[in-house]
Amino acid sequence: MPVSKLVGTKVKRREDPRLVQGLSHYVDDLRMADVMHAAILRSPHAHAHINGINTDAAQALPGVVTVVTGADIGDSVGSVPCAAANPTLRTPPHPVLAQGEVRYVGEPVAVAVAGDSYTARDALDLIEVDYEPLPAVSDLEKALEPGSPLVHSQWDSNQAFTFECGTGDMDKARAEADVIVRQKFIHQRLAPIPVETRGVVARYFPGEDELTVWSSTQIPHLLRAMLALVLGFPEHRIRVIAPEVGGGFGCKLNVYREEALLAHLAMKLKATVKWIEGRRENMQATIHGRGQVGTVEAAVKKDGTILGVTYDSLLDTGAYHQLLTPGMPPLTGLMISGSYKIPTLKFTSTGGFTNKVATDAYRGAGRPEATLVIERTMDLIARELDMDPVELRRKNFAQPSDFPLSVATGLAYDSGNYQAALDKALEMVGYQDLRAEQKRLREEGRYMGIGFSTYVEICAMGPSAALPAGGWESGTVRMDFTGKATVLTGVSPHGQGEETTFAQIVSDDLGVPIEDVAVLHGDTAVVPNGIGTFGSRGISVGGTAVYMATQKVREKAEAIAANVLECSTDDLEFEDGKFTVKGVPDKGITIQEVALQAHVATKLPAGMEPGLQATSVFEPSNFTFPFGTHICVVEVDTHSGEIEIKKYVAVDDCGKVINPMIVDGQVQGGIAQGLGQALLEEVVYDEDGQLVTGSLMDYAVARAEDLPPLEFARTETPSPVNPMGVKGVGEAGTIGSTPSIVNAVVDALAPFGVTHIDMPLKPEKIWRLCQGGNK
Amino acid sequence: MSNTTTIQVRVNGVSRTDEVQPRLLLVHYLRDVLGLTGTHIGCETSLCGACTVMVDGAAAKSCTLLAVQADGCEVETIESLATEDGLHPIQEAFWDCHGLQCGFCTPGMIMATRQLLQENPSPSEEEIRRGLEGNICRCTGYKHIVDAVQQAAEQMKAGT
Repeated sequence: MPVSKLVGTKVKRREDPRLVQGLSHYVDDLRMADVMHAAILRSPHAHAHINGINTDAAQALPGVVTVVTGADIGDSVGSVPCAAANPTLRTPPHPVLAQGEVRYVGEPVAVAVAGDSYTARDALDLIEVDYEPLPAVSDLEKALEPGSPLVHSQWDSNQAFTFECGTGDMDKARAEADVIVRQKFIHQRLAPIPVETRGVVARYFPGEDELTVWSSTQIPHLLRAMLALVLGFPEHRIRVIAPEVGGGFGCKLNVYREEALLAHLAMKLKATVKWIEGRRENMQATIHGRGQVGTVEAAVKKDGTILGVTYDSLLDTGAYHQLLTPGMPPLTGLMISGSYKIPTLKFTSTGGFTNKVATDAYRGAGRPEATLVIERTMDLIARELDMDPVELRRKNFAQPSDFPLSVATGLAYDSGNYQAALDKALEMVGYQDLRAEQKRLREEGRYMGIGFSTYVEICAMGPSAALPAGGWESGTVRMDFTGKATVLTGVSPHGQGEETTFAQIVSDDLGVPIEDVAVLHGDTAVVPNGIGTFGSRGISVGGTAVYMATQKVREKAEAIAANVLECSTDDLEFEDGKFTVKGVPDKGITIQEVALQAHVATKLPAGMEPGLQATSVFEPSNFTFPFGTHICVVEVDTHSGEIEIKKYVAVDDCGKVINPMIVDGQVQGGIAQGLGQALLEEVVYDEDGQLVTGSLMDYAVARAEDLPPLEFARTETPSPVNPMGVKGVGEAGTIGSTPSIVNAVVDALAPFGVTHIDMPLKPEKIWRLCQGGNK
Repeated sequence: MSNTTTIQVRVNGVSRTDEVQPRLLLVHYLRDVLGLTGTHIGCETSLCGACTVMVDGAAAKSCTLLAVQADGCEVETIESLATEDGLHPIQEAFWDCHGLQCGFCTPGMIMATRQLLQENPSPSEEEIRRGLEGNICRCTGYKHIVDAVQQAAEQMKAGT
């Protein structure tokens, strides 16, 4: 084995020179001749019947190429797909343009295509739509009550699906318990807000009868397959390219109306058509995350032993299912046990249609809900039993010897050492001193709180059996004539840095300089097959495929080297990119020379195919389960309701680390979004379904000043699920952070009798609680 | 919408004379007329800062300025920073410190940093965070950006 040189070290990102110079190409930066521009007219109503649409004036505007409505499209384009499987699922038709009825503010009604984007927008003002408003329902719980306005009149209720999981006898747990703790939780809707909105360019080549779609997506290969189905156009004549993608956070792990619509327009017009989403459109029509309400019940012994937990929840699906909308609750339910040994667990979820845009995967995707519920519940139990929350967690932790750990939700956690991460975080934060300080400050009328989150999450999505469209990933490694290496990966990075980390792996294992390794991704014509980047799977599934392909390339190189050097492969050593005969150090051949021999193909072992490349498709045997402890220390100004984060310590364990700098960045960015949910962010619709938070003026994304100084450390517990022992880190910060912040604020306000606060913890809410409490 | 007006703008040191619609946004002029696509559009409402450029030496959000408002002005975009000798110290620092992930906010963030360091060559962490309040980064959590600005400040002081 060569000595690892780059894996595990801070390697500066190879993506960055083009990005810091503004020389990269996001969808909107692509320059194409004769491109037409599309603008989309969207519903101003949450629910309305469309009596008619008059496009005459718009069509007549100079520069307008065409104006298309749902009636024009009819059934020539299929329904936007939902891939989640659930036997109880009601799946409404999801047309690319509204067909006679609109069901949320922002639903596409018509599209204007013009020679320039300004004219296309002008055309929208000239389209007359005769709407007849219908009763709308915005509130999830009201939507599921009898007599609610129906989002889809073909069904007798707004129930979209039901789901349940778990095992054990909760009645028995209740009977044996000394204490029952109950709490309702609201997981507010969040907007993912990648700074680059969505965008699509579709080009049809009439001569070749081929369609190319550039889209700001996390899943180019899945998008291609779905477009083939929706358009009824053969998959092998579609090429999807994800160019530089400016952030996704799950919202680009989807197939949207606009992608199919633009492809349809390109084919209809035999042209190139472009649409770039505006931010207001992005707030209205790109998926939201979370949107869950539920009630937990925990049955506990006086000594802190947790006997059972139930969590009964509702999911606000919105008006239509996006790709994975019904797939979010299972991720909550499966992870409701957290890092604790709880013998009885029961999770239920009911999806409810509302007159709002769909919810779907947003960074964490169902797991932040689970983590908030179990970590808040731990603090509620600790308060009820007058126990230290740390002691309660220690008492219920799964122990290192328990792994692989069978959890009552049906999962088997791969590896973990929860105690070690907690101990490290406690030491960093100086816990005992903090509790003494808290006591002292309270005597002075100052309110400090300490909050914990000893989270575990589920990553490396995932075994194919558990995902709707395959959980494997492909990796190809190829060395060409001149000894340069090219990596093709099916993951589609959009900020995660895999052009660097994958090259670190290949550089180490083939002994070639990292400058000689190119990592290509995001183009279905370049990468044979793939699934994409989501669910913290880049390194753990995609990276593993690349690692496996690299080993195959090295084995083949070794066989060629042995043949050239006229020895057995057993007689060879490989170091620093050179095969040498053991004991004869000057008899050797570099891997670059081997690559040349592989292509010249005159000195290959008998029967060996020329070339030096290999493809591996990695099918993980299980998920991975990263974990850690986040501790947040706050002081609340009871006169203003403001929360100051005094200290934030995060100890995360994502298994083996390929590039610590990139892991730090993922954790920090994740915490910013988790903090956003705890303190700042909330998508608000009024009761009629009007979107109140329609711009970044109304929707508070964390800015530099909102983030406190953060202290980081890691423990490293390798995963047994893949050969590199990696787990994934893209979502850990978001999943782990939120409960620690909420727990800290609730702890700070304990003297006011506050036991729970729903997010976001805005100053006004905090101030009101300080005036009266919420018992 | 055929009425146009003539503007003269010096962009990245090059004098330009163009016929533009009065309603054309500066960011679209830079991107679509001049092909300088390093300046990005994130919100169209001056709230995210992705479109930050320098107009007559001061940072400005080009998504809410009209091209005609830049008539007679000197405009600098992200494309003006690197030279044949290499990256600008701010660009270098963002690279060194992992001050970017998806990179979409980065050109605007770098231009805002330029303004910040121009006004305050030795900013404290607090001053950096306040100085960048007009720019949203959704990926990094800002810590590495703050590190990058501090490194750039040191480099630029050493270089002058």
